[in-house]
Amino acid sequence: MRIRFWGTRGSLPVSLAAKDIKHKIIEALLAADGRELGTREAAVAFVENDLPFAISHTYGGDTSCVQIDTGSDDYVLCDLGTGIRSFGHHVLASRGARTPCTFHVFMSHLHWDHIMGFPLFLHAYIPGNRIVIHGCHAELEEAFRRQHAAPCFPVDFSRLRAKIEFVTLEPGKRTRIAGLDVTPKLQLHGGDSYGYRFEHQGKVVVYSTDSEHKTDDVNATQETVEFIRRADLVIFDAMYSLADSVSVKEDWGHSSNVVGVELCQIARAKHLCIFHHEPVHDDEKISSVLQETLRLEEITRGDHQLRISSAYDGLEITV
Amino acid sequence: MQVTTKRHADVLVVAVQGRVDYVNADEFRAALLPHLKSCRAGGDKAVLDLSGLEYISSAGLRVLMIAAKEVHAAQGKLVAAALQPVVREIFEISRFTLVFDTHESLQGALRELSPAALAALQSG
Repeated sequence: MRIRFWGTRGSLPVSLAAKDIKHKIIEALLAADGRELGTREAAVAFVENDLPFAISHTYGGDTSCVQIDTGSDDYVLCDLGTGIRSFGHHVLASRGARTPCTFHVFMSHLHWDHIMGFPLFLHAYIPGNRIVIHGCHAELEEAFRRQHAAPCFPVDFSRLRAKIEFVTLEPGKRTRIAGLDVTPKLQLHGGDSYGYRFEHQGKVVVYSTDSEHKTDDVNATQETVEFIRRADLVIFDAMYSLADSVSVKEDWGHSSNVVGVELCQIARAKHLCIFHHEPVHDDEKISSVLQETLRLEEITRGDHQLRISSAYDGLEITV
Repeated sequence: MQVTTKRHADVLVVAVQGRVDYVNADEFRAALLPHLKSCRAGGDKAVLDLSGLEYISSAGLRVLMIAAKEVHAAQGKLVAAALQPVVREIFEISRFTLVFDTHESLQGALRELSPAALAALQSG
């Protein structure tokens, strides 16, 4: 499976401002002082190899949208945050507007940041496309219709030309969809959220966003551990610091990098990808959180080494 | 995991030893919180002596957060001292250094909280 991250930001889309670009350029120029960068190749190598990621790149600002590519012609996505817009453009560029496509979408929940990209998903307007939206909430269809209705959006849902279906899944029940074995799990979040365990040809990817973990609840912790047991990749909501998540932001429905490392260590998962970044964090802050998470894994490691990444818009991970 | 207490003048020193994780966090909570009832305005001050704490998970840190909240609500004083290097890093990464005043040593904590308690410790 190849996992492509189209949107990785939590709660609200953000974008770099002029001052952020200026800061990156100044830092890059300072780092380049005295180097021979007379060719494009030398400049590219310098940017790729010698600059910190937070200076040479950005984590991006689109909200949750993750693609799971098994090589099938049908597309599989998790959530419809603003990242779906870039995904749609990518599909249009690669397959054109006239090739009918099928999209299977698994919704963690129906909060704003997870559905807000759908009105700008061009394939929903093109006849011949099929969009199957899977989820566990009873209000699944209603949420999408309401988002398109006045006064929220100018084009009503009824004017979308793709064939759009809504499928309600049962938490805990393993179902084969689009060549994947999919198991949803109820998570702790206001109005509920659901994680998904995807299994394909012996590989396991877990998408678990917008989920709070009260790790002193032994039963709940063990359930989560079973859900992510030996996963090849766990995409994990690490929006807050642990201290915030158990104090001022307790019951806000999000988790931390510390809990992500612990759960993956107990479950012997292979790769933790921290996700749903706090919108007030800039690139350097997100990079520092990643460095701290790597260090935490190192100092708490037993006989199992956990790989750790921080998701960014455009990241691809193959499992 | 073991929790023991020792009094030095008006300071209660609560020593935590071993490992605290999600399996024994409830036990840790039951062992710790009753000792802090007297930690309030006009009452005892308390120091968590963490020199014997080898590891603490998020579940254990949540217990410490509950302790800090309860003591703070009672306008008491609770600090942490003598963290082992690994526990210090866990505190820093989890931002618990923003929750607790931390001191390099028990003596350092007592010096700040209560000269009488420091004198009591030094005398024996």
